[in-house]
Amino acid sequence: MAADTFKPIAPRPPPGRTEGLLPWLRRNLFSDWKSSLATLVLVGLVLYLLPSLAQWGLFQAVFGADANACQAARGTGACWGVVTEKWRVIIFGRYPYEQQWRPEIATIVMVLGLVLSCVRWFWKPWLALLWVGVLAVFFTLMGGGILGLEPVRTDLWGGLPLTVMLATLSIFLAFPIAVLVALGRRSKLPAIRTACIVYIELIRGVPLISVLFMASFMFPLFMPQGTSIDVLVRVLVGITLFAAAYMAEIVRGGLQAIPKGQLEAADTLGLSYWQTQRKIVLPQALAMVVPSMMNNFISIFKDTSLVTIVSLYELTGALGLALNSDVEWRPFKIEAYLFITAIYFAFCFAMSRYSLWVEKQVSVSRTR
Amino acid sequence: MTEPIVRFDKVNKWYGNDFHVLRDIDLDVAKGERIVICGPSGSGKSTLIRCVNALEEYQQGRVTVDGIALTDDVKAVEQVRKQVGMVFQQFNLFPHLTVLENLTLAPMWVGHLPKKEAEERAMAQLKRVRIAEQARKYPLQLSGGQQQRVAIARALCLTPKIMLFDEPTSALDPEMINEVLDVMIELAGQGITMLCVTHEMGFARSVADRVIFMDQGQIVEQNAPEAFFANPQNERTRDFLSKIIAH
Repeated sequence: MAADTFKPIAPRPPPGRTEGLLPWLRRNLFSDWKSSLATLVLVGLVLYLLPSLAQWGLFQAVFGADANACQAARGTGACWGVVTEKWRVIIFGRYPYEQQWRPEIATIVMVLGLVLSCVRWFWKPWLALLWVGVLAVFFTLMGGGILGLEPVRTDLWGGLPLTVMLATLSIFLAFPIAVLVALGRRSKLPAIRTACIVYIELIRGVPLISVLFMASFMFPLFMPQGTSIDVLVRVLVGITLFAAAYMAEIVRGGLQAIPKGQLEAADTLGLSYWQTQRKIVLPQALAMVVPSMMNNFISIFKDTSLVTIVSLYELTGALGLALNSDVEWRPFKIEAYLFITAIYFAFCFAMSRYSLWVEKQVSVSRTR
Repeated sequence: MTEPIVRFDKVNKWYGNDFHVLRDIDLDVAKGERIVICGPSGSGKSTLIRCVNALEEYQQGRVTVDGIALTDDVKAVEQVRKQVGMVFQQFNLFPHLTVLENLTLAPMWVGHLPKKEAEERAMAQLKRVRIAEQARKYPLQLSGGQQQRVAIARALCLTPKIMLFDEPTSALDPEMINEVLDVMIELAGQGITMLCVTHEMGFARSVADRVIFMDQGQIVEQNAPEAFFANPQNERTRDFLSKIIAH
């Protein structure tokens, strides 16, 4: 009998359409009777709730800054007038009213800096210079005292500029500390290792509120008479040290996931400890912890709202400032809260989407 | 006889308190000699070659590489590692760097070569292992055999005098073993000192100057390959060979 020859079968496309809207709907929403039922129930629920939500939020709502109209619409329509009336206090806190163009520009500049830093094209050495510029503009505008700008004390800074600045600076400052502490915790030198463990465990053992209290009230007691560090700086240091401890543990998680073989290969090639960390270990470890790191960034952003307790009125604090003492508008707190919720959400959602993009970038080498 | 390039002098090593992994190892390797080390798992063969570039420490005796005694001295370790390349069972390529970057990393950062020169040297080595067209890919986009050849090229980029191979084909699909062995055979023909831990007995037969059999941390028997395979002296060696060659 003649030997069989191998005949390759040409590839064929799969039967039926698998892409497009209809197949997607069938696969994801109506794959069996249970899933179809759930889809229908949820669609029904949305159709039932949406009209009343639209009635409350749009058609029956009061948009003008008219407290009487708001009172009249209570229970049936939202009072967006509270935002129209109070938005400047909510956004800028106690900052002098006629000077509020300054925090406005300062915030725009800083947010712009953040957005540009997220774009790959800007990942060049001069990005650091750009940030020196951004910070110079921000603090000059906010603090004043030069260039003919009226000086404004830091305890008057508030609202969104304060939130954005505290979050940005504490994240940027905490990150390098976190990397060093994480490396230190895995160091072979007992003194360094112990110091890092003590730092992490001490900070993790207390709530952020108590760290802020200590930074704001206790720390000055230890300072020599007459010297004082600005409360804003003390609070910033407090948040930074707090954030760094948590980030350090996230980084350590990444470090531990690096196979021992990577270090052995680096040793064999003659790379030094710092070269190995910088070129081999950290790029891989940090890439692995992008999701949990961004999780931490988002929570720091929101944790800045705690500085209210040491009388710095950032976004959430400024809202209380705007409404608590105003009998007329106080009943419409919910609408005002929805307003700052939208602001927080915009920032956090942007961060979370950006993190997905970063994940995709760093996993390029893992895709086949 | 000229000075041996690697010398083990009564080397003893323990893991913890009760695992005596290397026992009274005496071994001289001549310059250009090609040695294959085999033995059952846990016999200390990997540990032995890992002592040559100080990936493992030892507690007693002395290892000398190219005239430099390997002690706790960091400088000595640094010196020796410049002379010794190593290839691992699991390749240990850096997955976040391209093939080319894997090869240029050490020449640029340890050897302080300019980028262009490092890349030229890297491409030459990639051609040598016949994989130059994959230079811009990432390691995980390559097959196991290709990855291992890249790993060999990476080690060669530092122009080592000694190459260590720690079971270089054990993690490969059978179809890919030969492409790696071919590269190793070619390398063997070029006068570099080689210490290979492997169970590829065909390779040992055609390339090795000496085959060493280890068991329980000791060198049981060593001989030229023809004699080693045709006429093993020790019962333990015969038993081992019958097990790995039977099928």
